[in-house]
Amino acid sequence: MRKAILAAVVATAGFATSAIAQVTVGVSWSNFQEERWRTDEAAIVGALTAAGATYLSADAQASSAKQLADIESLIAQGVDALIVLAQDSQAISPAMQAAADAGIPVIAYDRLIEDPNAFYITFDNVEVGRMQARAVLEAAPSGNYVMIKGSNTDPNADFLRGGQQEVIQAAIDSGAITIVGETYTDGWLPANAQRSMEQILVANNNDVDAVISSNDGMAGGVVAALAAVGLDGIPVSGQDGDHAALNRVALGTQIVSVWKDSRVLGRVAGEVAVALAGGTAPDAIEGSAPFQTPGGNTVNSILVAPVPVTRANLSVVVDAGWIPLDVLCQGVTGVAPCP
Amino acid sequence: MSNTDAMAGQAGPKKSLGETLGLDPRLMGMVMALVLIAVAFQIWTGIRAMGASAGWNPLTWLINGRFLIPQNTYNLVVQTVSVAIMATGMVFVIVTRHIDLAVGSLLALCSGVMAMAQTVWLPHTLGLGLGHWAIAPMAVLMGMGTGVVIGSLHGWLIGYQGIPSFIVTLGGLLIWSRVAYFVVGGFTIGPLDGTFNMLGGTAGTIGVTASWIVAVLGCAAAIWAIWSGRRTKAAHGFAVKPLWAEAVMTAIACALIIGLVAQLNAFDIPQNRLARMFQARGEVMPQGYTQAFGLPISLLLLLAVTLVMTLVATRTRFGRYVYATGGNPDAASLSGIDTKFLTVKVFALMGLLTAISAAVAQARLTNHSLDIGQLDELRVIAAAVIGGTALAGGYGTIYGAVLGALIMQALQSGMGMVGLDAPLQNIIVGAVLINAVLIDITSRAPHRWPATLAIMLAQVALVFYFTAPWWLAGIVGALAVAIALRSQRRKGA
Repeated sequence: MRKAILAAVVATAGFATSAIAQVTVGVSWSNFQEERWRTDEAAIVGALTAAGATYLSADAQASSAKQLADIESLIAQGVDALIVLAQDSQAISPAMQAAADAGIPVIAYDRLIEDPNAFYITFDNVEVGRMQARAVLEAAPSGNYVMIKGSNTDPNADFLRGGQQEVIQAAIDSGAITIVGETYTDGWLPANAQRSMEQILVANNNDVDAVISSNDGMAGGVVAALAAVGLDGIPVSGQDGDHAALNRVALGTQIVSVWKDSRVLGRVAGEVAVALAGGTAPDAIEGSAPFQTPGGNTVNSILVAPVPVTRANLSVVVDAGWIPLDVLCQGVTGVAPCP
Repeated sequence: MSNTDAMAGQAGPKKSLGETLGLDPRLMGMVMALVLIAVAFQIWTGIRAMGASAGWNPLTWLINGRFLIPQNTYNLVVQTVSVAIMATGMVFVIVTRHIDLAVGSLLALCSGVMAMAQTVWLPHTLGLGLGHWAIAPMAVLMGMGTGVVIGSLHGWLIGYQGIPSFIVTLGGLLIWSRVAYFVVGGFTIGPLDGTFNMLGGTAGTIGVTASWIVAVLGCAAAIWAIWSGRRTKAAHGFAVKPLWAEAVMTAIACALIIGLVAQLNAFDIPQNRLARMFQARGEVMPQGYTQAFGLPISLLLLLAVTLVMTLVATRTRFGRYVYATGGNPDAASLSGIDTKFLTVKVFALMGLLTAISAAVAQARLTNHSLDIGQLDELRVIAAAVIGGTALAGGYGTIYGAVLGALIMQALQSGMGMVGLDAPLQNIIVGAVLINAVLIDITSRAPHRWPATLAIMLAQVALVFYFTAPWWLAGIVGALAVAIALRSQRRKGA
């Protein structure tokens, strides 16, 4: 009880100061040359502007070393809170140290940072994995499965894989399905996923019935490899709601794209950043819950729920303004909402 | 820069102030570029920080700027070290008319070996246990060994087998970082040994008092070097500068050293970190206690490497052979220099320096990350080239390469601070690289100045085209064309 009152006092005091002093939030992106982060940025900027805070950003261009330099530079510029999309969840630790030294709260955005001081905001990635596996399993209850995992420097890759395993475990135990190929994908790159898929197809004499791919980009590579041997149309999973992937779902070459509306994630991150900068205690933030990391740390976190998009509910993404109808329906007829 | 229009009756050509002081125009150019970058970003960040209240007073812009605050100077220094160390080695490689595209990749392998040595091989396989004092030095030695062996292999393939260095090291670029991937098993390795991490920067600093001692020693060394150089020249009957010129140079050198140390000493350890340090020792931090970091060990390491490499370049037979071979390989070979073995030695040295850089780079990250060293080869080559190293071979200085690395980092850091988009940052770094070499070439061939001026004006016009009213771009563009045409006509005449 006393703790709650204390937290409330701290929170009020925090908001009071934030109303006077201009809050600056620094965002360190791991690699901005990916389409997706533009949407997140717009959402973060929107939330910050609404709260009267200033936005600073840096792009590490896929280099852990540059990200460290970027964060040092943001700290030197006097930011009040940091939002970090980590290139490497471990190698980011000196930057976390520097932020802690300067007393600056850090939000681990979308990717986990192994540090008890990080506030983790992401989609429920284990649930994403479950959703992917559920959709694929429903379409292909038995047969040979291939697991295309993400980058092994990204803890999300293993969260997703864990969720997938939960769903297919029973079918594996009963012998209904067999995993004939499983691989990490360097940098989550579609080209690498395509190469891996081609190699797995050769090794298995094209005897593959379903592919659980952890994201849409890789699913694109996988579908290309499947099309080359005439296997396109078998269930393939993905996530992110990439435009090309949603079109594939409409076409029927991909079974599901688990859609994580990054506008929600960005908005939540922006709001939490402003609250933390204002002095609100991490565990006093609304919706915050403790999260056990694989590295054995407990961090405060907010997990946002994703939406699986299949042929049955394609209208969701159009209604949300996520994708224009003509892009979704390119080359597709007779599937709602396409003409 | 010789003043040929000396008036009749005057004895001999008049000397400019720079010549009297014995300043190297190249060095001056680079220092000027660095100062320009620093001031420009200081003002720019100042205006940004002040926002609407910026007004038109340049002094307040300078004061409110964030680029030259001690914290950022400190950041710049530790961020430069890894690339700068490799750049000193790249000077020798380029001077001997070779190139090394594999340094970033080899850095990853040396880093991987050191990381595995610290976390697995020495503590567990060899049974020393984590935290043993011998782990850090042994790991560094193993990394250095790896660097030297692979560097020598490159050199042997280039020198004895006659494969072009571009090809050998392009192969190395593809090979070594992937070998590193297997060495570490495809995962980020860390945390590293505590002693080892002291090489990285913030985790290893020598404190204020020791920093001042270093400053005084550095100043004394500068005085000694300048005066003993003067004595040697005089003893051999060479012309010496006037005494006041030597005094001015000494004063400048000392002011620079003391200024840098003062700036770094002004960076206080953040209060939270101090509190934790006291807590770790089981003490309570006194109220109002402050303490500064002082010089980072990685900077001292860079200074040591720069000094040793400069001595090697200017005072040893090996160094003279390197420059002789670069100036004219055939003549060097005919005059009895074993140019094949020399190539092996140059690349082995590059490998050694790469390993030292690897130690600094991974200690800074406190981890071996899989992407470590990625694209470093380009930064290192760019640093050496901006530092005045001629790709045609035969010319290049160590201090130039180090300054080149600092200029690159300052530019990168400043552009990040003022919030330029990353793709634009890369475009600018690329343009700076090409212009630096253009200016360098022109400074040795003054008749090219009009052409160079035209090229630079054309770039300004291009920038204006996107940022300023169109007619401004038109005027500057027309000026560029006019100068270019004039210089062409003169050439034709």
